[in-house]
Amino acid sequence: MYGTGLWRGLRVTLKHFIDTYLEDIRYGFRRHVPVEAFPERQGLEARGTFTVQYPEEKLATPERFRFIPFLVVENYDHPERPGHDWCTSCGICAKVCPPQCIWIVRSDDPETGRPIPEPAEFYIDIDICMNCGFCAEFCPFDAIKMDHDYELASYDRTTAHIFDKQRLSKEFRYWQSIAPTRAAEEAAARGGWEHKDVLKQKQREAKDKGAAAE
Amino acid sequence: MTEHAPTADTVLPADDALNQLSARFGDALQRDTRPGYEGLIVDPDHLVAVATALRDDLGYDYLASATAVDYLGKGDHFEMVYHLCQTSGGPPLVLKAQTPRETATLPSLVGVWPGAEFQEREAWDLMGIRFEGHPDLRRILMWEGFAGHPLRKDWKEAYYEQDQKPFDSRWPGGHVRRAEELVPYGRNVRYPDGFSPEDYEEIAETPQARGLSSLGPGVEVEELATDRLVVNLGPQHPSTHGVFRMSIMLSGEEIVSLKPIMGYLHRNHEKIGERNTFIQNMPFTDRLDYICSLSNNLGYALAVEKLMALGARYQPPTYRAEVIRVLMAELTRIVNHIWAIGFLLNDLGAYFTPMMYVINERELILDFFEAVTGSRMMCNYMRFGGVAADLPERMRSEAQLLNDRVRDVNTMEYLRDLITERLPRAIDQIDTYLTTSEVVTNRCIGVGVLTREDAIATSAAGPVLRASGVPYDVRRADPYSIYPELEFDVACRTHGDVYDRYLIRLDELHQSLRILNQILPRLVDTEGEPIFAGRGGMYSPRVPAGEAYGRVENPKGELGFYVVSDGGQNPWRYHVRAPSFINLTPLERMCVGHKVADVVAILGSIDIVLGETDR
Ligand code: SF4
Ligand code: SF4
Repeated sequence: MYGTGLWRGLRVTLKHFIDTYLEDIRYGFRRHVPVEAFPERQGLEARGTFTVQYPEEKLATPERFRFIPFLVVENYDHPERPGHDWCTSCGICAKVCPPQCIWIVRSDDPETGRPIPEPAEFYIDIDICMNCGFCAEFCPFDAIKMDHDYELASYDRTTAHIFDKQRLSKEFRYWQSIAPTRAAEEAAARGGWEHKDVLKQKQREAKDKGAAAE
Repeated sequence: MTEHAPTADTVLPADDALNQLSARFGDALQRDTRPGYEGLIVDPDHLVAVATALRDDLGYDYLASATAVDYLGKGDHFEMVYHLCQTSGGPPLVLKAQTPRETATLPSLVGVWPGAEFQEREAWDLMGIRFEGHPDLRRILMWEGFAGHPLRKDWKEAYYEQDQKPFDSRWPGGHVRRAEELVPYGRNVRYPDGFSPEDYEEIAETPQARGLSSLGPGVEVEELATDRLVVNLGPQHPSTHGVFRMSIMLSGEEIVSLKPIMGYLHRNHEKIGERNTFIQNMPFTDRLDYICSLSNNLGYALAVEKLMALGARYQPPTYRAEVIRVLMAELTRIVNHIWAIGFLLNDLGAYFTPMMYVINERELILDFFEAVTGSRMMCNYMRFGGVAADLPERMRSEAQLLNDRVRDVNTMEYLRDLITERLPRAIDQIDTYLTTSEVVTNRCIGVGVLTREDAIATSAAGPVLRASGVPYDVRRADPYSIYPELEFDVACRTHGDVYDRYLIRLDELHQSLRILNQILPRLVDTEGEPIFAGRGGMYSPRVPAGEAYGRVENPKGELGFYVVSDGGQNPWRYHVRAPSFINLTPLERMCVGHKVADVVAILGSIDIVLGETDR
């Protein structure tokens, strides 16, 4: 009969409508308040409304989430190298960056004139960065990582959107806090929680000591 | 349904065609013998005759892709490359015709395959090759006030820095400088000689070009007792799915002719791609059809892998990598099709209710994408020879702020529940909700019919082609990845109207679920296996000289990447055969005779994304 299809369809709408209230009743009309209700509201069992009340509540980003990169520096309370850059200014990230938004100035030793493994300057133009994550993926020293901080709006793009080394640097423990699993995996691959060069240095010293002891 | 049987005969389509045609054309038809290249090179004088013979006698009825390459400094000629297919299946035959850079003229093949119309206009616009006999050779992505042909190797853009990336200025002495400081806004525009923007009148609006095509020039307007009216739809219009414009001529309420006008989102993707290194193109392919970034990635990875396979030391992706690739591609198909159905209903005037229901399901899939790839839409996940990273064990997030809401679920469990419970339920719900609804049937049945013959001739692809009764699906016709071992049917409908294009998407949703159900056990079986055969994840892979055409069945149709390498770090030519672009070729045929409101529905049923149309 003409119109039956329409009614069948409207039943679906009605079901969604009722579901919303059933869920509300289940949580005593406080569905948006208790934290425990959240995984259900946004999960596979979700019925009715699905909304996250941004900015009152926010979806935490998963570990692999990619936003503007940051530079890893040693923790400021590190006993030997507080605040030391992990970056060795090898230039791989600048070469692999698709929109070419990384600028690095390599620093030279004032006495010998030889390059030293720390960048003198490091800039990222965040207007151009496409959040592809290549810099983090191909950095051999785990020194550049993708951030989770996505609220970067500002009033003036001409001055505020070129991040310099100071603005880009974040402590290593920050990386551990936003991506614990990945940080642990990377540390396992490096052979310890320290920077690759430090670990190598330690290995060499241990070997020397062993050789001296013999 | 087409059954796929792995064929043992290895007769290349080019050899076969040469055997059959060499008696007729003699020296005019030759094999392309450059190392790494394949196909046939035809003398331009015989191009139309050879093309006709290929179509009529050898069954190459479908022109998949047509594009031009500029061999500046490598023979100094332009080369037009055609990829021809048989709708009965099989790999494409590559046909080429060369013309010196000075003359840059070739005969048009619109008479043989009408689907060449937009593609030849694109080649004229971007490469400056004139096609003799083309009915309407105008620029298509640029406007008439654009100076030069931007894909030519000797054309430099306003912010030109260097021919190839990586740019020398970035390291080791990089001092940041914003591009606008070099060429201030307003001084970066060039016009062709004798062009004045003030006097410019858009060609598309003048009566001559306004295509009085359908009724012919002899019809007197007075006799019809109606006025013809040009209506402009777009570019800023919600039902055009982005910045897309249609210039429609009406007689009364009926559409007499329709010209799509595009290019508002053009960014010269292909030139950017030729400047990039091979790997750098991967995130750029995300931005083509931004609904389906993962399957775009797959198409490009396939093309470059084909090239890499020409050289030594190439290791194909592992089985696990292939399984993950198909998982991602099919989830993307679901995302795209439910999205397309939702938007079709928007176009029909249902406003946002159906849309919201499908967005709901899409969010759940995007949550998975985000946890695996790091991004919801710009996934940048495939790599040459594998994928960027294996599936994480848990989909978890860490709270940084007080009001951050966290989730922590097992990835495989999530995936299983999603595929076996949530999505089937959701798709059935869409079915109940819409399929028999009189609002949908009244507006869709019999509207925007595209016949089988027209669909093939105009190179329509994907759901548009299959809804017109052509069971052509690249996954079966020219299989890639692990599709040969997966069981699924090629959905096919026969009426070719808007309603069938809606139904075919539902059919394909069911088939995708069927594939995903076969993927799940494979994912479990391969757990822990490596995702790269060799070292993997190289940022500068060695890509030998040659050409390759990687094609995948994207949700919107055949997506092809034609990549030419000269053995260096950057592709010499990088072309995207965009289904959203070519599927617009038959738009006018579908719309003529209908009303304006139907145009909106018809466009919605083609399902375009402007990021891909305009590139
Ligand atoms: S790749 Fe890593 S170590 Fe090398 S310059 Fe970039 S951030 Fe520094
Ligand atoms: S995320 Fe991508 S675009 Fe952004 S700085 Fe890193 S490599 Fe460049």
